Amino acid sequence: MQITDNEILHIAKLARLKLADNEIQSYKKNLQEIIDFTETINKIDTNNIGETIGVNENYNVFRKDEIKQESNKEELLANAPSQDEGMFRIPKVIN
Amino acid sequence: MIREDYEVIIGLEVHCELSTKTKIFCSCPTEFGGEPNTHCCPVCMAMPGTLPVLNEKVVEYAVKAGLATNCKIARNSKNDRKNYFYPDLPKSYQISQYDMPLCYEGNVQINDENGNKKTIRITRIHIEEDAGKLNHDEYGRGSFVDLNRAGVPLIEVVSEPDLRSAEEADIYLRKIKSIFEYIQVSDCKMQEGSLRADVNVSVRKKGSNELGTRTEMKNMNSFRSIVRAINYEAERQIGELEKGNKIIQETLRWDDISGKTFPMRDKEDAQDYRYFPDPDLVAIKLSDEYIENIRKELPELPEVKKERYINDFELSQKAANFVTSSKYYSDIFEIATEKSNNPKAVSNWLMSDVARILNEKEEEADKIPFTGEQLGELVQLIDKGTISSSIAKKVLDELFENPKSPSKIIEEKGWIQISDESAIKEVVLKVLTNNPQSVADYKAGKDKAIGFLVGQAMKETKGKANPQILNKMFIEEIKNM
Repeated sequence: MQITDNEILHIAKLARLKLADNEIQSYKKNLQEIIDFTETINKIDTNNIGETIGVNENYNVFRKDEIKQESNKEELLANAPSQDEGMFRIPKVIN
Repeated sequence: MIREDYEVIIGLEVHCELSTKTKIFCSCPTEFGGEPNTHCCPVCMAMPGTLPVLNEKVVEYAVKAGLATNCKIARNSKNDRKNYFYPDLPKSYQISQYDMPLCYEGNVQINDENGNKKTIRITRIHIEEDAGKLNHDEYGRGSFVDLNRAGVPLIEVVSEPDLRSAEEADIYLRKIKSIFEYIQVSDCKMQEGSLRADVNVSVRKKGSNELGTRTEMKNMNSFRSIVRAINYEAERQIGELEKGNKIIQETLRWDDISGKTFPMRDKEDAQDYRYFPDPDLVAIKLSDEYIENIRKELPELPEVKKERYINDFELSQKAANFVTSSKYYSDIFEIATEKSNNPKAVSNWLMSDVARILNEKEEEADKIPFTGEQLGELVQLIDKGTISSSIAKKVLDELFENPKSPSKIIEEKGWIQISDESAIKEVVLKVLTNNPQSVADYKAGKDKAIGFLVGQAMKETKGKANPQILNKMFIEEIKNM
């Protein structure tokens, strides 16, 4: 599969990245390599291998529904670039 | 009114916050409200290096919801990431479920506007996390992010496009709400946002089998706006088609004030969520035994309860339907009936006066402030003749304002019914003197005239006289005249 300039621009838009023209080509080359790699994997015969869900064999790792409050607001907000009245302050978002 | 030659097709995606104690992937409380960012931790704030761990109750509640809506339960399931940028979503992805939801292929039965039974198919129910809340200030100083709600567990119930009118959509949504209240997986409080729906609407010429292009209205959180929005949008689409225009598939925002829909984002921004399995979480595998144990614990569901009320208490279809429409009604009904032994009177009070008062207050049954015990006592007091039904209405108003034992209320207010004939004889005589025409009418054979005289006497005594006794006394007095 060959990746196109338009696909690169679409992905960049989804990632909120602004690409210069020369960057389009370098990303295209990088992403093409990744796609080629997955195509190599796709060639492996998996007929005799059972279906798996997820990246490892583990399943049902659950937590009990019990409240634990170990954090405080000041610590959690400590690294916020801007805050006001206990909330993260961000540029105005229009609904 | 929607034009006769068109058909409206509606599908709902109902989001329902689960009433677990803690969030879906961390141990923070889910409690509504609270100071901003106090129900948070590094996990639900998406600090680097944190890892989610699934709350076992979320799986249990979702399976419960699935079983109560006749769904099949997946033996194998997983969580996926839904990627998009929005400031209320700190990870920039929502953990949800894509191709392997916990529950699928279910259905619920509804009675449509004409009382006909109809099956609404449920495509799937999956688990996911809620987003945080954005606050905006009017001085333009920016927006403010509160992440208390981020990570609160949700189930999303997706219906097939089986609904054919705004009224049906309303009935279906109320049904879902009532089922989830009964099985206690959610408190379904629309005003607190714990129940909200995305509404998909399309129209087509009657007789056509193809689905038209649909539009979606997101995050609707009142029954009334959902009904209005569907009707508006259906009419708008029919208008466009009649003008020869095409319907554009888009997300719309319903504006309650103008009563119109508006496009939410431009088409360029068409959603592309790039779902993929969340590598931080492992698979969910459910055994038959696990599922059967949950099935065994399911409480009596509204449909079964309704049949029982009809058979055991001889309620009418309509009354049984109403009383089982909400867990809050049927809980009160059962306790009040046990106390008063008068199921019909209890259901009548709920259906007429209680429903009317809630309607006036624009509130739902979960806001009833008094107990079943208190309503039962009210019915008992009427049955014993201690108060008239018009006084009982005043007691009910009082129960809404300042709930306490009805016998206490009537004692404090001096509302005890006067059944002592000597005490009301004076009133009877006065009413007779003031209304000679009614007396003449009665003598001429118009029995209804007595009703008028009784009404006058009730007015005189401010509703405290026993109307049966008044009736008897008027007939006797006129006979003696």
